Amino acid sequence: MENRPLEYDYTVTKMFMFMTIVLGIVGMLIGVILAFQLAYPGVNTILGEGLAEYTNFSRLRPLHTDSVAFGFTLSGIFAAWFYIGQRVLKVSMAESKFLMFIGKLMFWLYAVGVVAIVVSLFMGITTSKEYAEFEWPIDIAIVIIWVLFGISIFGLIGIRREKSLYISVWYFIAGFLGVAMLYLFNNMEVPTYFASGGVGSIMHSVSMYSGTNDALVQWWYGHNAVAFVFTVPIVAMIYYFLPKESGQAIYSYKLSLLSFWGLMFVYLWAGGHHLIYSTVPDWVQTMGSIFSVILILPSWGSAINMLLTMKGEWQQVASSPLIKFMVLGSTFYMFSTLEGPIQAIKSVNAIAHFTDWIVGHVHDGTLGWVGFMIMAALYHMAPRVFKRELYSKSLMATQFWIQTLGVVLYFTSMWIAGITQGMMWRAHDEFGNLAYSFIDTVTVLHPYYTIRAVGGLLYLVGFIMFAYNIYKTMSARPVEEYELQNASPMGA
Amino acid sequence: MSIAELQAYGYVGAMVVLVFISYGYAYHLYTKKKDASGKDYEEYSNMALRDDITDTPVSARSEHKKK
Repeated sequence: MENRPLEYDYTVTKMFMFMTIVLGIVGMLIGVILAFQLAYPGVNTILGEGLAEYTNFSRLRPLHTDSVAFGFTLSGIFAAWFYIGQRVLKVSMAESKFLMFIGKLMFWLYAVGVVAIVVSLFMGITTSKEYAEFEWPIDIAIVIIWVLFGISIFGLIGIRREKSLYISVWYFIAGFLGVAMLYLFNNMEVPTYFASGGVGSIMHSVSMYSGTNDALVQWWYGHNAVAFVFTVPIVAMIYYFLPKESGQAIYSYKLSLLSFWGLMFVYLWAGGHHLIYSTVPDWVQTMGSIFSVILILPSWGSAINMLLTMKGEWQQVASSPLIKFMVLGSTFYMFSTLEGPIQAIKSVNAIAHFTDWIVGHVHDGTLGWVGFMIMAALYHMAPRVFKRELYSKSLMATQFWIQTLGVVLYFTSMWIAGITQGMMWRAHDEFGNLAYSFIDTVTVLHPYYTIRAVGGLLYLVGFIMFAYNIYKTMSARPVEEYELQNASPMGA
Repeated sequence: MSIAELQAYGYVGAMVVLVFISYGYAYHLYTKKKDASGKDYEEYSNMALRDDITDTPVSARSEHKKK
């Protein structure tokens, strides 16, 4: 038998990269349809009245949020873990048949889970809890997939050659543990068919918590889904990919450790800001507000650390579109983690709550930070897993500017729409009568909804360019190992 | 003293303790500069930069076991 040198094995990474792209297109396409539905209600029945059940806003909305958060983002995180995990622990998946089997099993179960989720949500089977819409049989499947993810993480750590765990690994572990805890507690539910002795649908369940308690657990979960899906694993990615692509050591490794523990402690307490001016105890609301403001420190700690990593090397931002994605991603992270705490301040929240400003905030985080970072990660990984140069640098740069314009149009329109909405809802005359009816706000907001839809469309167009670039990379010029040390090789 | 006041004092107290822990950790990191094994924290950045499977680990697990 030929004695081949040991290499990293990217089989599972490739599978999840493929899934990231497919679910990204699906999730963002649905998002764009939703945005046009809000601007032009006729789009709700675009396939005719007969199919309106499947094309209306309320049926599609959870499909959008779940496919971008738990489809596109999680697949990107999994792809990145199976890539970064091997490299910073200096151990190959090829060294463990068991871990390779677990990785593949995880992927195929995940794929089955995706199909089950898409079908059930299209059929209208939902718990109606935001970002936790999946009914109990799917929840059980998700727990199994998550346990497999845990085995992959700790299994790889168990056979590592590098004694210390790189900061990204700490973030991946935190992401794994955080989601495990949050998901289990928020999805405690009673299947009504079994509890009632055979009445109703077998798929239906009710939450084990009721009323205000249910809301509290839901938003402890909901906000921390942002923490442990949209933040923690994405920070793990930038801590690896930016230094590696730029060839620069992290500006301050000590700051990365400090920010990690700060983020871990503070984030879990901030969820109460979703329930300001609701029926939860006042001190919980205050705590949510204060911890949200404190959250600026660890978030900016990581983001500034990344920007300072480029110290003395800023010409790379100009010359490499891949670095541009990461530096702008980090900047959007700073922007979003400043905007969020501002919205969590009680007096600001009185205007912002329930308005489009919140939607704008979520999207400058997800499009500008999460989306940019995941695409950058795939751009960095693609030449290394396919052993080929990136197909087109100019296509990547064009995509960057189209998507940046899309994000800017998205959040600026939602700022204006949200604040206008909040002010109009509160406006009253000297007798306390409301100055505007709901439809008055709809009329005023219409242009901004159209701008938002165009912004979203631009982002989707950019994403399709990204998918095409990666697809063409698979058959681009083969590269030698030495070309892959730092800056990714790119065709014109 | 009402339960609400107790909560408020407890909350402020917890904040003070946590601020001390957090600043204490920062002080520890920046004055010691090195971890328990005597390695400068900043050297760990190399785990990402020198991550080929043939690269020498920053702190090899096998060396640690020998000790």
